[in-house]
Amino acid sequence: MDGLINFFISNYQLITIVILSIFLGIEVISRVPSVLHTPLMSGANAIHGVVIIGAIIVMGQAHTDDYLALTLGFLAVVLGTLNVVGGFVVTDRMLEMFSKKKKKK
Amino acid sequence: MDQLQDILNGYSVLLLSYLIGSITFIMGLKMLSHPDTARKGNLVAAFGMVISILATIFLYRNGMGEKLHNYGWIFAALVIGTVVGTMAAKKVQMTAMPEMVSLFNGMGGACAMLISVVEYHHNPTPDAGMFTIIVLGMVIGTVSFAGSIIAWGKLNGKIKDKTIPGGQGINFVLLGAVLVGSIVMIGGYVDMPSMFYIILACAALYGVLFVMPIGGADMPVVISLLNSFTGVAAAFGGFLYNNPVMLTGGILVGSAGTILTMLMCKAMNRSLTNVLIGSFGGGGAAAAGGASKEQGNYKEISLNDTAVLMAYASKVLIIPGYGLAVAQAQHACHELEKLLEEKGVEVGYGIHPVAGRMPGHMNVLLAEADVPYEKLLEMEDANAQMGTTSVVLILGANDVVNPAAKEDPSSPIYGMPILEVEKAEHVIVNKRSMKPGYAGIENDLFFKPKTSMLFGDAKKVLQELVAELKQV
Repeated sequence: MDGLINFFISNYQLITIVILSIFLGIEVISRVPSVLHTPLMSGANAIHGVVIIGAIIVMGQAHTDDYLALTLGFLAVVLGTLNVVGGFVVTDRMLEMFSKKKKKK
Repeated sequence: MDQLQDILNGYSVLLLSYLIGSITFIMGLKMLSHPDTARKGNLVAAFGMVISILATIFLYRNGMGEKLHNYGWIFAALVIGTVVGTMAAKKVQMTAMPEMVSLFNGMGGACAMLISVVEYHHNPTPDAGMFTIIVLGMVIGTVSFAGSIIAWGKLNGKIKDKTIPGGQGINFVLLGAVLVGSIVMIGGYVDMPSMFYIILACAALYGVLFVMPIGGADMPVVISLLNSFTGVAAAFGGFLYNNPVMLTGGILVGSAGTILTMLMCKAMNRSLTNVLIGSFGGGGAAAAGGASKEQGNYKEISLNDTAVLMAYASKVLIIPGYGLAVAQAQHACHELEKLLEEKGVEVGYGIHPVAGRMPGHMNVLLAEADVPYEKLLEMEDANAQMGTTSVVLILGANDVVNPAAKEDPSSPIYGMPILEVEKAEHVIVNKRSMKPGYAGIENDLFFKPKTSMLFGDAKKVLQELVAELKQV
């Protein structure tokens, strides 16, 4: 229990950010036309690829003889990059079709 | 002293980069929810992501003020991921978009899982708060990874829908095992490293069994839900490294994803629990039983007759479904529409919010074929025009026009809003065969007197129809 209380106190600011972000996330997309559901999901999918930063930190702190951390970290960076790059490119491809339409009009 | 100043300068640039990252994510999401700004929004978020990643690589220092090393490995991984990711995303067919999104989502989940595994190895006895973060990040990441892979397999047809007897019970047991295991571990009641991996295995199995029984038609909702899971897993990474951009990015996606999931459910007029408990899977059997009593006769229509009927119609409404996507018939469809317009026939498209495999799937597909945006009618508008429509042409759609959703309370899709095609004068249904749709439910519409069937692959049929029309 002490651990949790300490955790709360030392992470109080982060917890505040979490709460505010939850409301912000709800607020930001609560009025979205159904046409955009798929691209929005795909865009959000790319954004959570931010987890790659954690993978980079793991990788960059691993000792050169810590093969487990190196291997898993390497894999994690590759997967994270896939998530980020693939996610943004796919979203752009989806949205490209909408904007192409707009220009011709 | 100079060195300390150096460190502080670097740190402030790092924090500034993270701040830019957080702001671009918020702006990006906001812009993504408006048609005019959506594409720019995506680029804005991507820009913030690049800044945050580069700043982390070059400016991050740990508690001891040490910079990151292993640059060779990091850049190698980044290059591999970028090349593979770009190629996969560029090459994928428009129809296969949904499963691609699911796959990328799984990668993110796996990334979060791996981070937790490595952190656990570095620090097998952290304090309770840290341990909670590591275990939660691992569990959620794993569930998201396993679930996304199953969803991916289901969408591309590699994995069939399966209801496991007692699956619901097994799921509860697994979830319980994960919970109890985590509490026991975090509380320090057992000191057993293998416990961590037992929890991981349970979470993976739960992810598989959780998605397995859910019908393919509900996959978009599931992907959206798993998407927000991965967001939460990423946010736990933010706690782990005290990293504000991971935290905001992850939580934003977590909460926005949850809302999006609920919006999608609402578009189908169903509740999230209803989707998750897999009523499509369970209800399929009941529907099949109901169908046998009503296997009436259907009538076929020839291409020539269809062409004549459409050429002399005043208004034609095309209703696309997954069949159109599979056949890649969007261009042929647009050609038919142009030809009919030249002949003075008014043509529109009736788009059901969940036609295809994802909300907006049909819009994206038809936009690719240059169909003007204003020709795509939303369901309410399409239904309002149904009464004055002479011919409705249904291209590979099934469940979204099934009258059982309105008439048969025992049907698993009862209550879902549908396109009320029966109000039109003639209904022509193009399908490859009489097989039921993705939800596995028979469709009485095909046996109604107004309905004529036009069998064949959507693309082939449309091309032949265009040829016939030119001669009318």
